[in-house]
Amino acid sequence: MSNTPRTLFDKVWDAHVVRQIEDGPSILFIDRHFIHEVTSPVAFLGLQQRGIGVMFPDRTFATADHNTPTINQHLPVQDPFSANQLKALETNSSKYGISHWGLGNPKNGIVHVVGPENGITLPGMTIVCGDSHTSTHGAFGAIAFGIGTSEVEMVLASQCIMQPKAKKMRIAVDGKIGKGVTPKDVILYIIAKISASGATGYFVEYAGSVFENMSMEGRMTVCNMSIEMGARGGMIAPDETTFNYINGREKAPKGADWDKALAYWKTLKTDEGASFDVELKYDAADIEPMITYGTNPGMGMGISNKIPVAEALGGGQASFEKSLQYMGFQKEDSLIGKKVDYVFIGSCTNGRIEDFRAFASIVKGRKKADNVTAWIVPGSHIVEQQIKEEGILDILTEAGFQLRQPGCSACLAMNDDKIPAGKYAVSTSNRNFEGRQGPGSRTLLASPLVAAAAAVTGVVTDPRDLM
Amino acid sequence: MKSSAVPLPIENVDTDQIIPARFLKATERKGFGDNLFRDWRYNPDNTPKKDFVLNNPIYSGKILVGGKNFGSGSSREHAAWAIYDYGFRCVVSSFFADIFKGNSLNVGILPVQVSPMFLDSIFKAIEKDPKTELEVNLPDQTITIVATGEKESFGINSYKKHNMTNGFDDIDYLQAMSADIKGYAAASPY
Repeated sequence: MSNTPRTLFDKVWDAHVVRQIEDGPSILFIDRHFIHEVTSPVAFLGLQQRGIGVMFPDRTFATADHNTPTINQHLPVQDPFSANQLKALETNSSKYGISHWGLGNPKNGIVHVVGPENGITLPGMTIVCGDSHTSTHGAFGAIAFGIGTSEVEMVLASQCIMQPKAKKMRIAVDGKIGKGVTPKDVILYIIAKISASGATGYFVEYAGSVFENMSMEGRMTVCNMSIEMGARGGMIAPDETTFNYINGREKAPKGADWDKALAYWKTLKTDEGASFDVELKYDAADIEPMITYGTNPGMGMGISNKIPVAEALGGGQASFEKSLQYMGFQKEDSLIGKKVDYVFIGSCTNGRIEDFRAFASIVKGRKKADNVTAWIVPGSHIVEQQIKEEGILDILTEAGFQLRQPGCSACLAMNDDKIPAGKYAVSTSNRNFEGRQGPGSRTLLASPLVAAAAAVTGVVTDPRDLM
Repeated sequence: MKSSAVPLPIENVDTDQIIPARFLKATERKGFGDNLFRDWRYNPDNTPKKDFVLNNPIYSGKILVGGKNFGSGSSREHAAWAIYDYGFRCVVSSFFADIFKGNSLNVGILPVQVSPMFLDSIFKAIEKDPKTELEVNLPDQTITIVATGEKESFGINSYKKHNMTNGFDDIDYLQAMSADIKGYAAASPY
């Protein structure tokens, strides 16, 4: 077997199979398990009902993010149901000896931001969390995917999960990235090409010069949205960029352990001649700043384009029209110049320091548009601190923006950060589903640059015109 | 299982539609069926939307039939809980999102994947007669439109099939192999 060329995915997967059930799933050992307040309480309840404990509490990490306020975090949480979930996470973590970064903890933040920034996420690992955007961690060359609550219980009880091995897809993007094109645009472009279900059943490896030249923050944005085309997860082979990012972080290996780990991590790449079930190739030159016009992330287009007609997409006519009706758009509309009510920058997709740097690069020397309400939400306290230290906060304040406190916020609108019915939000998050950002809300997914351009002009604007 | 079915011929039904995030605040698995398809089912003032299929008394049954890419989006198992709690035991579609499929099997809902043509036949049969029955046979892995006799087989791995048929549980299985798991962990570089 060692002579057969293998993919990065094969190498990491094979190294974690504890047992293979015949005509059934693999039993996969899980190196790191993240939990948060929304999808874990029922799992702990299950353990109690079974009368069993957590097998390896030091392999699970808890952070509160989905349901936390983004202002006045020092005050008691107002909503009793949210407060109850946060309390349950704290109590369960303490009872079973699990590390817990609750509200107010300096390490607190969105699970997929704090894992990597504290060195918990490492190449070659298997990582799960009761959240579909766990695919983010694949940016480090880890197999990382979202699971349901029954599986959270399974991992707590046994540190294993049962999964059939996914098929393999490689998506290569080569060439020169254009002006104003960010990692978010690259992934929105890919999803628009293959649709919101185009990678269902597959684990994706991203390859090619565009990803090789991308920062870790950018790679995380790309892998994060793998799930939005249905993929189980996405991954990128670790390289010097990866190692430099990890080196020195709190929970990363040190000294001799680092050297040993590094030697192994360097083997984590797809062998020459290894086969994929599907291979796709795109040219970076074809990608421009993207924006979505519909109610799934596959309904995206270059910002200078016009909304296509359903027939051209080969999709279901009725679902397409239902979607446009919800959004209040017509086919062949251009979105440039459409009035924007809200701008949200943040989330596990675009809540890292580079995203705020990009946002500030457009905002600098300009003012927030009067008709826009902007929610600027860092992914973690560490990101918040960087925003302050780098002078980004000063730029934002001068332009009339306020910085909020870390959390998932308006990405899923479980807390009070809800876009009102009928209002348009340019959002750097990951989903434009009906009502995702609040009942009746209308979401246009885009990059931090497009969000910034909308925030200062009050309408959908091509950021290249402001650069 | 033999039952009439509720048709939802919409593509890309995501888990935010099945159960919106604001209803995920419980710490117990109770009452999610009340909010199944909340914003498609009810107006903002909580009155039922008359044109939504769950509010139409001519449709009923234990089988939900959805358009392709059913259950996309968030990993929230609450979506499967809501479908189960409402009373469905089987969801039929031409294509399921991976996480939703796994969650369904884990909560006792059988996801039945059929061909796009067969799905279309089901929708047409229900349109013709809302009381049309579907027969889902897990041991044989077949689904039949009873009135017309049209039949198709569906896939499920034999491990999951065995579990569903016998009420077995993954965690029992994993508990029984804890020595192997601990052995693996001891040798792991992480």
